[in-house]
Amino acid sequence: MTTFRVPVQIVPRAGILDPQGTAVAGALRSLGFDGVRDVHVGRFITVDVDAATEGDAERSVRDMCEKLLANPVIEDFRIEEVRSA
Amino acid sequence: MKFGIVTFPGSNCDYDAFRAVADTFGEEAVYLWHKDHDLQGADVVILPGGFSYGDYLRPGAIARFSPIMQEVIAHAARGGPVLGICNGFQIACEAGLLPGALLRNESLRFVSRFATLRVESTATTFTSEYERGAVLRIPVAHGDGRYTADARTLHTLNDQGRVVFRYCTPNGEITPESNANGSVESIAGIVSDGGNVLGMMPHPERAVDPLLGSADGRGVFESVLARVGA
Repeated sequence: MTTFRVPVQIVPRAGILDPQGTAVAGALRSLGFDGVRDVHVGRFITVDVDAATEGDAERSVRDMCEKLLANPVIEDFRIEEVRSA
Repeated sequence: MKFGIVTFPGSNCDYDAFRAVADTFGEEAVYLWHKDHDLQGADVVILPGGFSYGDYLRPGAIARFSPIMQEVIAHAARGGPVLGICNGFQIACEAGLLPGALLRNESLRFVSRFATLRVESTATTFTSEYERGAVLRIPVAHGDGRYTADARTLHTLNDQGRVVFRYCTPNGEITPESNANGSVESIAGIVSDGGNVLGMMPHPERAVDPLLGSADGRGVFESVLARVGA
């Protein structure tokens, strides 16, 4: 068994109204960042998990995302590069 | 009739619900601890408002895995009445008892005030004693009450008469301004397929006596009493 660190990004599903992102975009524009088109605020989670292989670690975290970490009605998730912790 | 009121760590409207049931209606009420597996013979389960598990991750996301929720889900599957109020509505959605989800209010502000709601359906366990189209004054107090669901789910809910309450003006009109939190189609409450699980963001248990500013929430309790007591 190896301990792997699995980073997960959770973002509001496309098409879902994201007032937090809109408010942050407005604040950035008022600071003079004129090029800001769109902002979305999500969540970043790292899970340290014991598994035999990187693939097993990723599969396990995918299962966690589907059961608890993300709500498929409103959120999408993306698992980033898995590394030894 | 016996009401079971679930207490999660962070629930804060369990006392309000208890008092509404026991003091206003003189019915038996018991608290159900989230770690228990026993509904103690409750005929009706109330998932109360509050901030279960500190709203960590998403409101209701962690509470749905509490041991007691397995029993609540089984009770609902048997057709047993379940009333999810505010955080209870969020928990019911996370648990799959109701479709859709509740997001941060469009205003990004916590909203705590009286709202006016229009009764859209009386063919449910919790609204049979109201008249369709009636306008109710019931308080809301939430930061994450913006109901959302995909187009297909909304179509089903509308088609089957499962949208129970919509935010409205005091005259009963549905306008963007009367929408308390930006919910899709001004939805304030929905029921399950069988009509026995009601989720609503407003707090009927805080509107059961004129002393509280309104008694318009009484119908929710009177309806379930008429249904289950019969």
